[in-house]
Amino acid sequence: MELLQYTLDNLGLLGTRTLEHISLVGVAVGIATLTGVPIGIAITQNERVAKAVLYIASIIVTIPSVALFGVMIPILSLIGQGIGYLPAVIAVLLYSQLPIIRNTYTAIHNVDPALREAARGVGMSHRQRLRMVEIPLAVPVIMAGVRTAVVLNIGVMAIAAYIGAGGLGTFISRGISQSDPRQLIVGAVAVSLLAIIADYALLALQKHLTPKGMSVSTAAA
Amino acid sequence: MIRLDNLTKVFDTPDGAVIAADHISMEVPQGEICVLLGPSGCGKTTTLKMINRIVRATSGKVFLDGEDTSGLNTEDLRRNIGYVIQQIGLFPNMTIEENITVVPKLLGWDKNRYKVRARELMDMIAMDAEAFLKRYPSELSGGQQQRIGVARALAADPPVMLMDEPFGAIDPINRAVIQDEFLKMQAALKKTIMFVSHDIDEAIKMGDRIAIFREGKLVQYSEPDELLSAPKNAFVESFLGEDRALKRLNLVRVRDVVSDDIGTVDVTDTLATARERIDSHGYRDAILMVDDRRRPIGVISRDTTASQQGYCRDHTRGLPAVVHLDDDLRKVASLMFAHDTTWLPCVDDHGRLCGQITQRDMTHHLGSRYRSRRPARPVVDGDRPAGS
Repeated sequence: MELLQYTLDNLGLLGTRTLEHISLVGVAVGIATLTGVPIGIAITQNERVAKAVLYIASIIVTIPSVALFGVMIPILSLIGQGIGYLPAVIAVLLYSQLPIIRNTYTAIHNVDPALREAARGVGMSHRQRLRMVEIPLAVPVIMAGVRTAVVLNIGVMAIAAYIGAGGLGTFISRGISQSDPRQLIVGAVAVSLLAIIADYALLALQKHLTPKGMSVSTAAA
Repeated sequence: MIRLDNLTKVFDTPDGAVIAADHISMEVPQGEICVLLGPSGCGKTTTLKMINRIVRATSGKVFLDGEDTSGLNTEDLRRNIGYVIQQIGLFPNMTIEENITVVPKLLGWDKNRYKVRARELMDMIAMDAEAFLKRYPSELSGGQQQRIGVARALAADPPVMLMDEPFGAIDPINRAVIQDEFLKMQAALKKTIMFVSHDIDEAIKMGDRIAIFREGKLVQYSEPDELLSAPKNAFVESFLGEDRALKRLNLVRVRDVVSDDIGTVDVTDTLATARERIDSHGYRDAILMVDDRRRPIGVISRDTTASQQGYCRDHTRGLPAVVHLDDDLRKVASLMFAHDTTWLPCVDDHGRLCGQITQRDMTHHLGSRYRSRRPARPVVDGDRPAGS
């Protein structure tokens, strides 16, 4: 009851923090998609490069977020951005690379060789093959990578409140420092709900972007 | 016309160089289907794919209509060659219409022109344009998909087509139907076609010429009848099979063998007349009865004429079977075996009698080819035509 009262009293703040959170994750994953998809496509050309890139991206994900923020503070302080928005976005950007690059690489790599041969056979250039056949076919898997990145990083971004990036994490960090379970719970529940809603929303987007011919599965007689 | 000049492919593998195609030189005349045939790994597919550079030749040249293709840009070359593969390879993200107009689009045709072309193509492959153009490949059956695959290859009306086991993944019944449809289209379109197959029966059916490959080498390149009657060596003989003389039955039509010398009786003739005619023609068992429009309707047996009296119409036995002038001898032989008979009446398009075909005529026709060669070749068992 007390919790509900607190939520209602702070509805405006909750809304602002949620928008902050969404914009942080959105900007970071958006940029990550713009970098990760081309990288994923590019590395299909060379297996050794692909292995190296995926290895580095996997290592980045293993770095605890608190440590990553810590490392960035002195570096970004050089341009006066040691804490706040920029390091938070950079961290999420880095964490997002693995699911996006890996899914893009796998999807393009796994395009049916027969389709690739047919595309060459009709006289498509390399770029035309990518644009007309390989990328459209890879879209569902690439989108699944973006979803993973978003859900993963909604959690990571909650920690970014400690470096002053804002977002729903502020409820959690204040709840802890002020020993206020109401703030703590509201923040935690809000982060979880946001992750679930984002997942469903992106799933809908994924279905929308999937080429129609691939979702029609029933074969005629 | 397709001409290959010393086309060679060497693959570098960890175990050393493998020669997949070894100085292949051959020519497919304008408007003909050449089937490349051989066991797997014999180099037939590699040879085919070097023509449109899916596999890059190590050395040698490809000429299309007399022009050396080595000067052409790869994309341009491929857009002017129809290509059909066994896995069909329709793009699942595109509608049927987008699939079959992909080459015209790449060639920069304007939209109206390729839309019209899509409908023409659907007519050509006997599929309903309205029902299918807006659908996706996954909604079609395998046979329908391969028809679309053929239509896509024909879209820009290329003079040359390459087909890599195009009907290999289709069930036997549909395969025969699609093969027939394709041959009918080819009779009108007169494309120059290279066609890879591992199925000797398909090769005989589809090929104007057959090229037998083994271990990267072209072993024999002949017309089907020549190939079956005069295999060049033991490998070709064994590849064609012990029953290769039987396979020649597929190549001969009834009209090539039919004899118009056939005695008949009418429904109004008496059995005595029938008896006379059976004797005068020297028939052993029976004589054919025809109606007033000379359509065969039954047979009168010798025994009946000996033991009974009256008119033929009252004593007829059913007709075992009739064959059409355009049937092949394989069907004839099959009907003869099924009905335990040594002759069958032949009819034209209107069902009118135009002669008969006998087992002796068939044997004789097929055997003439062997007899003319016999002095040049030692005779072994397998050389004799079946049924002699």
